[in-house]
Amino acid sequence: MVPNDLKYAKSHEWTKIEGDTATIGITQFAQEQLGDLTFVDLPKVGAVLTAGAEMGSVESVKAASELYAPVSGTVAEVNAALENAPEAVNQDPYGAGWMLKVKLSAVPADLLDAAAYADVCAAEAH
Amino acid sequence: MPYVPHTPEDIRRMLDVIGAPSVESLFDEIGPEMRPKRFDLPEGQSEMDVLAHMEALAAKNVSGQVSFLGAGFYDHHIPAAVDALSMRSEFYTAYTPYQPEASQGTLQAIFEYQTAVTRLTGLPYANASLYDGGTALFEAAMMSVRHTGRRKLVVCEAVSPIYRVMLNSYTSNLHLELVTIPHKNGVCDLAALTAALDADTAAVIVQNPNFFGAVSDFSNLFASARAAGVVSIISVYPVLQSVLKTPGEMAADVAVAEGQSLGLPLSFGGPYLGIMTCNKALVRQMPGRVVGRTVDGQGRTGYVLTLQAREQHIRRQKATSNICSNQALCALRALLYLCLVGQEGLTRTANLCLERAHYAAERLTAIPGVARLSGSAPFGNEFAITLPVNAYQVIDKLTSRGVVPGFPLGRYYAGLENALLVACTEKTSMESIGIFAEMLRGSL
Amino acid sequence: MNTVFKKSTPGREGVWPAKPGKAAPDLLPAGLLRGASANLPSLSELDVVRHFTGLSQLNYGVDGNFYPLGSCTMKYNPKFAETVAALPGFTRLHPMLPQLKGAGRLCQGALEVMYETEQLLCEICGMKAFTLHPMAGAHGELTGVMIIAAYHKDKGNKKTKIIVPDSAHGTNPASAHIAGFDVVNLPSKDGIVDPDELAKVLDDEVAGMMMTCPNTLGLFEKNLPRIVEMLRGVDALLYYDGANMNAIMGKMRVGDAGFDVVHLNLHKTFATPHGGGGPGAGPVGVSERLVPYLPISRVEKLEDGQFFLNYDFPKSIGYVAPFYGNFGVVLRAYAYILRLGKAGLVRATEAAVLSANYLRKRLDKVLEVPFDRVCMHEFVASACNMSECHVRALDIAKALLDKGYHAPTIYFPLIVKEALMFEPTETESLDTLDQFADDLIAILAEAEKNPEFVTGAPRTLPVTRLDETRAARNMELTDDL
Repeated sequence: MVPNDLKYAKSHEWTKIEGDTATIGITQFAQEQLGDLTFVDLPKVGAVLTAGAEMGSVESVKAASELYAPVSGTVAEVNAALENAPEAVNQDPYGAGWMLKVKLSAVPADLLDAAAYADVCAAEAH
Repeated sequence: MPYVPHTPEDIRRMLDVIGAPSVESLFDEIGPEMRPKRFDLPEGQSEMDVLAHMEALAAKNVSGQVSFLGAGFYDHHIPAAVDALSMRSEFYTAYTPYQPEASQGTLQAIFEYQTAVTRLTGLPYANASLYDGGTALFEAAMMSVRHTGRRKLVVCEAVSPIYRVMLNSYTSNLHLELVTIPHKNGVCDLAALTAALDADTAAVIVQNPNFFGAVSDFSNLFASARAAGVVSIISVYPVLQSVLKTPGEMAADVAVAEGQSLGLPLSFGGPYLGIMTCNKALVRQMPGRVVGRTVDGQGRTGYVLTLQAREQHIRRQKATSNICSNQALCALRALLYLCLVGQEGLTRTANLCLERAHYAAERLTAIPGVARLSGSAPFGNEFAITLPVNAYQVIDKLTSRGVVPGFPLGRYYAGLENALLVACTEKTSMESIGIFAEMLRGSL
Repeated sequence: MNTVFKKSTPGREGVWPAKPGKAAPDLLPAGLLRGASANLPSLSELDVVRHFTGLSQLNYGVDGNFYPLGSCTMKYNPKFAETVAALPGFTRLHPMLPQLKGAGRLCQGALEVMYETEQLLCEICGMKAFTLHPMAGAHGELTGVMIIAAYHKDKGNKKTKIIVPDSAHGTNPASAHIAGFDVVNLPSKDGIVDPDELAKVLDDEVAGMMMTCPNTLGLFEKNLPRIVEMLRGVDALLYYDGANMNAIMGKMRVGDAGFDVVHLNLHKTFATPHGGGGPGAGPVGVSERLVPYLPISRVEKLEDGQFFLNYDFPKSIGYVAPFYGNFGVVLRAYAYILRLGKAGLVRATEAAVLSANYLRKRLDKVLEVPFDRVCMHEFVASACNMSECHVRALDIAKALLDKGYHAPTIYFPLIVKEALMFEPTETESLDTLDQFADDLIAILAEAEKNPEFVTGAPRTLPVTRLDETRAARNMELTDDL
């Protein structure tokens, strides 16, 4: 399940670009690999993100993974609901499980489209 | 051979199954260049002989003195049931509760320990314990550094010098700045501590009662810290926490303590117990093991190690700390102690400590030339006095007559060579205080 | 079972001291006193005894259950060592006595125990000096890495990295990081460190390398001489993680083999009890060139046979513990070493290795053993046969609990899929090993016919599998939350 209207980073974050704003989350494949999330650690509003750099982390019972910014920009909004309900990322990674809205400063050229990202997932699954 | 049950016949059978010609052949991969150059150890001894040897060594330690030595480590009564219960082998021969279904005893006990220490400090969250009060204080400082992203630690000089030298060692490779704010006659300088807080400060670190025994209210300091985005860290003495204003009531962020006074013998410095409690904002920064309550598949209550994703076995170098074990058995002893004495017993113990110490201060300062270092500042179970002579002189004279009069403050504080730190517990009798006072009067 | 707090009955008398004549409000200003009660329980002594006796019975421990938890060395803890640690001549000693000039004479017995223990550990490991201060294995690692840092700083070396093989304990990279180093991960080859891989990451910025030998696969690092030589070439120090020291006593001395720093886990090799997760003790030994950097204080012996503490080491890393480490644990280990002596320690190592190999051979027909050659004190099997995983390590572990065994270590080391790490130790009889192997073989046979038999385990314990996700999400860490 890889929506066509999104762009993807190889590190399994998705981003939806609308004008100068990007919404960011992690993919269905990523949440499946991580299992039930217990905590999502996100940057605060106003934080400056650099594409490819660490921006936060997610934890499950037996694992913790870093999140990497798929784009560069300034955090404009954080999904506060995840603080008490990280399971939203598992249940609806592209919808209610969104993480950040970012005011864009740059979009890297190497973001993947749905087909290319599906190939990445297929390769990693083996 | 003691503790190895294999008979020669067993060994033969085992080697046959392995397909090895000899036990020594199992070590063939250790090449000749790696073999020991020597291995010159004494021959083994019978249990009886080792016990006799150890008893002889124990007897070389002089016992039976009347002691006023404390300095953060106190001789309290330990109820007999603390030993009896903590020596149940199901507790002490178990490992870290990796298999929760087979470790509910250890896990529930730690959960209850976490509850008990949060009730003492008034902060809502606790971990399963750390090595000792000093490492707990260092870990609290690191929590503040991670939480704030700042690198300066403001420390009151009246925090135990033992813990401050530990902080120095641990932070020396970590590019942290330690700023020490001098004490004023054994009392924390709250104005100077407040003035030292700035936008680079990660934490302010104080102790109550402080090393000199003085008791303070840090509420205003902590409020200023919060306003400046600084984490408030306080080290406390758990026995007195039954009566003293709590870290929670002062709105501290992290409270740590040396738990030795809760059912652990002095034992020449360890094993002790590092107590760590904090507020919600810092709970995910807590190092070490944490136990949480949950349910099993049938809805029954059970306990597990939780928040493990912060720990070294998962995060490796990104872990909050390198700590692997806690001090589970020491935490169990502290819980047993708190349950056995209970609310009334701990309050009585604290009050007895205060009563004895205040009586001792009165008796000692009645001696010409002896005064309290901190004047009339409030104190707990310990206080500092100034003498007309070097404190070591008094210590030498009195210890040879069976009284250890206290700790010489000049050991850590320049200018306080004539000052002596005197501690009392509920075990200090009024009579022994009188003997001490008379002996001191005679020695000056 | 209800928590002890729920059992509280106000007014019930516990182990109370006498009533004081004065109370805090008589002696201190009201503003310094706590408002609300701490609300500790009110219970009779028997209430407390019943509660904790009941809790203890929910636990597995070495005294009641075979506990082959790999890498943790759950050997039998001799009872006489507990008698030793409880001698009042030791338990009542205040740790600050030696700081009262002249009062060192009040604690000569304790100082002698420390001195003699250090000497024995030096001889066992082939090191120049030991400190007993670190309070656990991981604390020993941190101390050891701090010593490495101090050595390079003193020599003016610019070193920023510590190499850690992928088979290392998770504490190794965490300790190196907390001591201020960057961690370089080294992949192993055929289960051990490969000198060619090491060459790729070894440069002048490497301060040292942390090795566990035998490693966490239970395999001996036979390329060790070469590794020592390579590290010497860039003035990097070699650290020995002594968690597995019980595999080599009398067969190899880490100092003779070229290691510069070693920490020991007294609670593993020297049979002091694990206490449900501590206290342990992690003494650190060093080679001659690192002696100046050891933590202070250090115990020394005068010509007249008196012992004293020396604090005068200007290059020391300082204080890692408030005093002299977990003295109570050191006492037990010292007594254990004296009891076993030279022959006993060698025999303990031989029997540990023999038992592990025997169990390996009993199980390698039913479980995949990825590196199926002579192991040392432990071995790692995989629940995956020929990369097909019909049964998970977790399920095997839970089924073993139902049979009254503690489970082996599972999912460690990370480099083996569905890992099960067995360490039987030297103190288990052949009968126990055989019964365990038979029971495990039966579990695997049953699992093949009826997977639910293992996935539904454990069934006989106070609780079935617990919801760990719920625990982490809800963070119910006390009875008051």
